[in-house]
Amino acid sequence: MKPFSYVAPKSLQEAFQVLAKASGAGQVRALVGGTDLIDQVRQNRRTPSVVMDVKRIPEMMRLDWIPGEGLHIGAAVPCTDTAAFPTVTELYPSIQESCGLVGSTQIQNRASIGGNVCNSAPSADTVPPLISYSARAVIIGPRGRREVPLETFFTGPGQNVLAPDEILLETIVPPPPPNSSGHYLRFIPRNEMDIAVVGIASMIVLAPRSSQCTQARIVLASVAPTPVRARAAEAVLEGKTITAALIQQAGEAAVEAAKPITDVRGTIEYRKELVKVLTRRTLGLCMDSLGRKV
Amino acid sequence: MSLAKERGQENGRKGFFINLLINRAIELEEKVPKIAVSFTINGEPKEILVQPWQTLLDAMRDELLLTGTKEGCGNGNCGACTVILNGRAINSCCMLAVEAEGQKIITVEGLATNGKLDPLQQAFISHGALQCGFCTPGFLMSARAFLNVNPHPSEHEIRLAIAGNLCRCTGYDKIVRAIQAVAQGEA
Ligand SMILES: Cc1cc2nc3c(=O)[nH]c(=O)nc-3n(C[C@H](O)[C@H](O)[C@H](O)COP(=O)(O)OP(=O)(O)OC[C@H]3O[C@@H](n4cnc5c(N)ncnc54)[C@H](O)[C@@H]3O)c2cc1C
Ligand code: FES
Ligand code: FES
Repeated sequence: MKPFSYVAPKSLQEAFQVLAKASGAGQVRALVGGTDLIDQVRQNRRTPSVVMDVKRIPEMMRLDWIPGEGLHIGAAVPCTDTAAFPTVTELYPSIQESCGLVGSTQIQNRASIGGNVCNSAPSADTVPPLISYSARAVIIGPRGRREVPLETFFTGPGQNVLAPDEILLETIVPPPPPNSSGHYLRFIPRNEMDIAVVGIASMIVLAPRSSQCTQARIVLASVAPTPVRARAAEAVLEGKTITAALIQQAGEAAVEAAKPITDVRGTIEYRKELVKVLTRRTLGLCMDSLGRKV
Repeated sequence: MSLAKERGQENGRKGFFINLLINRAIELEEKVPKIAVSFTINGEPKEILVQPWQTLLDAMRDELLLTGTKEGCGNGNCGACTVILNGRAINSCCMLAVEAEGQKIITVEGLATNGKLDPLQQAFISHGALQCGFCTPGFLMSARAFLNVNPHPSEHEIRLAIAGNLCRCTGYDKIVRAIQAVAQGEA
């Protein structure tokens, strides 16, 4: 392990001063729950000179819902709090489901969505639901503030668009469209505490009082270097009346977006099969939540 | 113990160069000034000096000699290091000691009050919920934090609450029974 120094800025201004001095990639690393970072540092997989604890910055702990604007999830809010937030349980079930899947109770009490996003593992559980609701990442640094669609945040396994002097401030999730529903399922070989072999978030919008799909989002985890949208599967659903046969077809189409690898958790073929199954199941759950039979 | 010294012991007499490197790392470690951190642990205010990279687990064991909390995996998977931080169970191996500034921590040493065991400790004994006992402090802390907010859980909820704790000996059933007994006021 490489020795590092520790700072815990109490304001964004103080954080910017630390970041402004960042000389190269990975020199300053933000710390939230530490559930990824501490082990990575101990194993020499990350070698920051400065670890910057961002939990004492009030804006990082923001968790609120602004009607018409959306849900603000500060980058340092623990998954436990996000999952228990009334708006999340009411309006964004798949975000609640995914926060409840990250590791154990102990992990969720510390781990943040911000850390999950910035760690940028292809298997990150909280990411597919956020992308399915068109969440935006708010990025800040001494050079200013910018927003990117979360869908374009990831550039490879463990890699993202953050510059060395930038950090994630929050994710903003727009209000879900009326008559919509979203669910997230992942497959792991045991009941708890494992990394997704495949994870799927589906979000569908139906026309009023019908099973006609006006919008669909299907986002896959653990089957490509980054989380990916299954656009072909979305196209299968959009504009059509959702039936069991159509859901079956969407499952088949979702595989097109999957470029999985074979590793200890599963083979390419196995993962592709799981994509079909979990796509069908999440879509079924969405239809159930909307009170629609298929 | 500093990490470099720890590695030094692991390496034994493996080689001159390894030791040179270790000495260099120790020098570097000693250049980074220690940080004073104060927090409340088991109801007592404490101030200690820690290195920035020292985990809360290491600081509690090595600086405060509170060795009830165990290190199993050191990376968040086994729960042996579970303590209660501001009312919530957390893995102390995944937290830096410096992060504890101003926080409230309870360890297994803080469970008994006035020499009387916590009902959970008593139930673990009467249900035989331990064999080697290495995992026990972690299970007790997870269960305590959980029952404090959910005093009458279902068996499923109990199993979920301790999913972050591993036990190689008991097969879990007796641990679940012990926690159920406390929840049902039988212990
Ligand atoms: C036992 C165990 C089980 C786990 N299970 C799961 C699981 O089921 N699903 C899953 O998805 N993950 C899992 N994880 C991984 C991890 O818990 C999650 O990725 C978690 O969300 C990370 O959040 P954190 O707050 O702990 O991040 P940290 O460890 O604090 O940070 C993670 C990374 O993001 C960077 N970072 C954090 N915040 C910011 C910011 N605001 N701006 C810029 N960079 C930032 C850090 O520098 C670091 O590189 C597990 C981990 C463990 C140890
Ligand atoms: S030692 Fe902390 S979880 Fe295993
Ligand atoms: S009693 Fe031995 S590990 Fe649990």
